[in-house]
Amino acid sequence: MIPLLDRKLLFVTGKGGVGKSTVAAAIGALAADHGKRTLVCEVDAKGNLADFFEAGETRFEPTEVAKNVFAMSMNTEESLKEYLSLQLKLPLVARIGPLARTFDFVANAAPGVKEILTVGKLAFEVRERNYDLVVVDASASGHIVGQLAAPDAIKDLVQVGLVRDQTGWMMDILGDPAQTGVVIVAAPEEMPVQETIELAGRLRDETVVDLAGVVVNRVLPELFNRNEEALFDELRSDEMVDTLTEATGGPARPVLDAADLAVTMRRSRAGHLTRLREELPDGLPLLYVPYLFQRSHGVRATKRIAQYIGEELGY
Amino acid sequence: MARRRKSSSPSSGTLEQLLSAKEIVICCGSGGVGKTTTAAALGAMAATHLGGKVLVVTVDPARRLANALGLESFGNVETRVPPEAFTAAGVDPQGELWAAMLDTKQSWDDLVKRHAPDAETRDAILANPLYTNITGRFVQSHDYIAMERLYEIHASGEYDLVIVDTPPTRNAIDFLEAPERMADFFSSRLLRWLTVPYRSRLVNVATKPFYKVADTILGSAFLQDIAEFFMLFQTMYDGFVERARSVQRTLEDKRTTFVVVSTLESAPVREAEFFIDALEAESFHLGAVVLNKVLPKYLLDTKAAKSAKAMSADPAAVTARLPSDIGEAADVARVLEEVGNSFLNFRVVAARESEQRKELAAQPEVIASVPYFDSDIFDLAGLLRLGDQIWN
Repeated sequence: MIPLLDRKLLFVTGKGGVGKSTVAAAIGALAADHGKRTLVCEVDAKGNLADFFEAGETRFEPTEVAKNVFAMSMNTEESLKEYLSLQLKLPLVARIGPLARTFDFVANAAPGVKEILTVGKLAFEVRERNYDLVVVDASASGHIVGQLAAPDAIKDLVQVGLVRDQTGWMMDILGDPAQTGVVIVAAPEEMPVQETIELAGRLRDETVVDLAGVVVNRVLPELFNRNEEALFDELRSDEMVDTLTEATGGPARPVLDAADLAVTMRRSRAGHLTRLREELPDGLPLLYVPYLFQRSHGVRATKRIAQYIGEELGY
Repeated sequence: MARRRKSSSPSSGTLEQLLSAKEIVICCGSGGVGKTTTAAALGAMAATHLGGKVLVVTVDPARRLANALGLESFGNVETRVPPEAFTAAGVDPQGELWAAMLDTKQSWDDLVKRHAPDAETRDAILANPLYTNITGRFVQSHDYIAMERLYEIHASGEYDLVIVDTPPTRNAIDFLEAPERMADFFSSRLLRWLTVPYRSRLVNVATKPFYKVADTILGSAFLQDIAEFFMLFQTMYDGFVERARSVQRTLEDKRTTFVVVSTLESAPVREAEFFIDALEAESFHLGAVVLNKVLPKYLLDTKAAKSAKAMSADPAAVTARLPSDIGEAADVARVLEEVGNSFLNFRVVAARESEQRKELAAQPEVIASVPYFDSDIFDLAGLLRLGDQIWN
């Protein structure tokens, strides 16, 4: 396996709600900490990437949000304009007018155009070596395959023209595991695990892109070993609870109930984790990030997750 | 931050009342919050307690959900949940529960078959490579078809209540606007403009530069494919646009309500707030907010926190007060310390979530919470157990 941070382009995806954006931001922050000039790009214009760095709203034009970290939001229309001005050397104002007005048409009706403008812009930054690493807060697992497969799909649809000519070098970058990889973010819950397993299969079958690793977010701590668990059960008897209530100066029952809930949650999640490990390809890095009780959002969470991922990667 | 609307009425109603009054319930919210399960639980509750024919339409359900409903699987065609599944769950439902899945491709094909002026056009559309691509992969087409299917089912008069689980969208409000956008799209001047050169040999001088640029970028063959596709589609224009408008009207109708599903984690709450604002902006009816995986209230009890702090701060002292035969003092102390810490950790989360809840609770007529369940829901009894928590 090529080490995660040695690649040039990482697509971070996952089921909605698993912390995909936080992990993307954290990988960016970690790479920057290791001296890499890093671009973090948000693909779905939700505008919350900025939150993870406590920075102002991100735009298409990258801005430095932390040392070595540049952030941008994908905008396919801007991407098209940039592409046209770079490739066609067109006098912009004169010729793009009608095209820009029909952009929605071009982008929405012609399948794959939006996707290729997104992937193309990202691959372009890699090809031009503008950054050491480009981290993409990519589409959720439902859409990522379509996005990554777009250059291939469009090659079949569009027989001639500039768009087709562009697909070759994109495919070369996307298909090279030394350069490009996908990171799936999962949570140890049933549906995210299920989607991660399915997505790993689809990436293999339908795209040229290498799966670089899976980040398992929000792993709950193991409270007790077997011996301690037996002790814990004894402590939950009525008699013990009364003694504990007296000894601690507050009702001990809810405290023990909460621990029981934590044990139950951990146990059901452990089952999903086992399944994840069993069904993913051997040797694929699985990086565990613990559940953050104190802060789940913002620059603090980004930093802590970066730290955990760093530890998992052996930094 | 989301704009906050003044609450017109306190959260006094129940989901039972809401579902009795409405004919269409649309469950929305960000991914991973238990939207599909909530939709299914509401359907099971309505079929059990309100009677009539209740249909749950889901998008790509987990096999587990199909199994939970006592079905091997279900597809685009509505399937009845066997009454035995209810018997096994120990209830005698007053009505019938039906389930269907949204098969986007199949639904588009049905739509084309219905609106195509003749068999030749129909076959040409269905065979067009762009059609397959657009209907299969074009994300917005999922949004539209979900609403279209809903309209069709409702208009059929087959069901007393239809509960829909919305597709995962990039943007939560996409599907609300989908019918309008679809209508706009097919009636757009640009579209007609683009298809002009293929309808007539006369190309307007003014539009020539556009075609030149478009040709350079996409190649004329592809442009022709696109044009052919839309010319074919235009034959269905009237029926299609009329249909999209009807779908839009159904969404705005008083008999339709939206249930926003969320957990109390920050990202889903943001999404839920955004969604609630969007519903309001578009004059849709927000019926209820259902909060899943809510941590128990006792975590907020300050007296219990005192007990937890004592265990966490000086576990040895607490251990000393316990009978010595329970186990090695060091082991007992470690268990107590973990127990205390765990409570305090989850208390932080519960406190944060309780703040989030206050923000969301100001909005809807109904707010319902589902506690953390020990295990995943795998049968109808599980769905009903969840439903019981939010019903009244």
